[in-house]
Amino acid sequence: MKKFIKLTSTAVPLSIENIDTDQIIPARFLKVTNKIGFGEHLFKDWRFSDSQKPNENFVLNSSKFSGEILVAGDNFGCGSSREHAAWALADYGFKVVVSSFFADIFKENALNNGLLPIQVDSNFLKSIFDELEKNPETNFIVDLQNQTFEIENIDVKTTFEIDAYKKLCLVNGYDDIDYLVSIKSKIEEFELKNQSPWM
Amino acid sequence: MPSQMPKTLFDKIWDNHVVDTIPNGPQVLYIDKHLIHEVTSPQAFEELEQRHIAVFRPNQILATADHNVATVDQHLPIKDDLSRFQIEKLTENCTKNNIDLYGLGHENQGIVHVIAPELGISQPGMTMVCGDSHTSTHGAFGTIAFGIGTSQVAQVFASQCLLLEKPKNMRVNVNGILNKNVSPKDVILYIISKIGTNAGTGYFCEYAGNIFREMTMEGRMTVCNMSIEMGARGGLIAPDQTTFDYIRGKKFAPTAQEYNHKVAFWKTLPSDANAVFEKEHHFDASDIEPMITFGTNPGMGIKITQNIPNHTDDSFKKSLNYMGFNPNDSLIDKKINYVFIGSCTNSRIEDFRVVANYIQGKKKAANVTALIVPGSQLVAKQIENEGLKTIFEQAGFEIRQAGCSACLAMNDDKIPTGEYCVSTSNRNFEGRQGQGARTLLASPLVAASVAIAGKIVEINNI
Repeated sequence: MKKFIKLTSTAVPLSIENIDTDQIIPARFLKVTNKIGFGEHLFKDWRFSDSQKPNENFVLNSSKFSGEILVAGDNFGCGSSREHAAWALADYGFKVVVSSFFADIFKENALNNGLLPIQVDSNFLKSIFDELEKNPETNFIVDLQNQTFEIENIDVKTTFEIDAYKKLCLVNGYDDIDYLVSIKSKIEEFELKNQSPWM
Repeated sequence: MPSQMPKTLFDKIWDNHVVDTIPNGPQVLYIDKHLIHEVTSPQAFEELEQRHIAVFRPNQILATADHNVATVDQHLPIKDDLSRFQIEKLTENCTKNNIDLYGLGHENQGIVHVIAPELGISQPGMTMVCGDSHTSTHGAFGTIAFGIGTSQVAQVFASQCLLLEKPKNMRVNVNGILNKNVSPKDVILYIISKIGTNAGTGYFCEYAGNIFREMTMEGRMTVCNMSIEMGARGGLIAPDQTTFDYIRGKKFAPTAQEYNHKVAFWKTLPSDANAVFEKEHHFDASDIEPMITFGTNPGMGIKITQNIPNHTDDSFKKSLNYMGFNPNDSLIDKKINYVFIGSCTNSRIEDFRVVANYIQGKKKAANVTALIVPGSQLVAKQIENEGLKTIFEQAGFEIRQAGCSACLAMNDDKIPTGEYCVSTSNRNFEGRQGQGARTLLASPLVAASVAIAGKIVEINNI
């Protein structure tokens, strides 16, 4: 996994609530057996018309907004567990997703792919949307070490929560497999001790 | 001796499975059963191969092909190249890693959340995972069962464990007497419509009260299946005699002395009397009526007889615009051209019995295409053996072979753009059943009534 320490970037606002993973990556693109190229199909049915023409009203097609941060409405990533959603966002070029609420599985999938989900309160989320509307060029500063998210132009900052272990993983580029494999003897011990009545 | 802290059903199972705790970090949770399918496993196998890690406990993994499979002519080669390759890859990966596979043509093949219960694999007190969010289904057995991403599938392959923060406890109580024609699907759609699609995020939800105690196992599975639609990673129902009786005699169920031994253990699992739930909801069963959704998330549900509510926020407007509905509309008499009866929510034999019982002697409306997609080969066989197949055929319904089908439209079973489909599945997201398709979630009985009438009808007094 790639390391994540600090990021300064402009952002793309997607002020829709309950964005489910079917919208992020529709099921018809899940037939491949590798992780390559999902960015092309990110938000496919919102980004493109049936005839594959870019939909001008969709923010990813707007020349006004760009950047490595996606700012989305409440309850982002609900629905299907497909990690393809995280792969698509990362492959498209996003490194951070900001929302006032994330669905559990999406959050874990994102963290497992070095894509940082930042949960802010709904007032702060609104101030980000407001600021982006006024000034699409606004920079945002993500500092994982200090767990802060800053709107550079107006000098407004908030802190965010992240599990200490997950933070360690992101900062160092470790992933869970490395850790789990390293404690295999402990797992075997557990198996022996628990001639599980539940199994 | 100091008395033990009272525990919930969820706490008891979780605590039994903790291998280790990282200070200020997640816990290492042992996974008893890992179910896999063709769509979310290939990249996990690839990950392991790249790192030269062997699958740790192949005998605790079970594979099936369900998501992308065609529901016609399953004996023929799959026409779609990508789908065929994905299925071949699953077969290759399972063979290479000594994993049991119920692939196409196998008598046990079917939707992963239908086959594990019907084969007696899902049992109380277990931890179960699958790269599919509806893994919550197995919670009906008093099981910690939840959906995971592909990186986590790889973690379980590598270690039979996951690193997780312990979720919180939540309980939804429904007590009282259910109205006529109210099914488990209506109960869960009602609950989600009341508490919303993110009320359960961060929680495992136990369902308690006489309504769930009185449900069959299949009804409980329908309820737990949709836990994820209110954001809960999993749902649970306390195992009881209904659970034990269901499991007894199933293919992989414990037998004889072992069965008795396990039942004794299973009886210790229900939540202690004073166990603490961080969040709790109470509902009166008599308020529940047959439900239907009108929007693009499962929380946007109403009683069939109610009108669509009126909200002013953009997300609500966007949703109604997609559906082609207006605030304050009634759905009664709305013309519907597609009916889908299937999915891991409602494709078990009891669902099809309800449908057959309603449509017996009737014919589907001329405008309707009605699909019956059994959840498994076993259910398909039951449909035939019980004579339901004849009833469906005489009513003009199409009977397909087992698979996820039009629930997520990965195969050819798609609803055309702009068309409405009353569906017994679990998600009404934009494009879920095909690009531009408009889904209205409902129970099998409501779906059957729509298929016959060709439009949405009041069924409260049928």
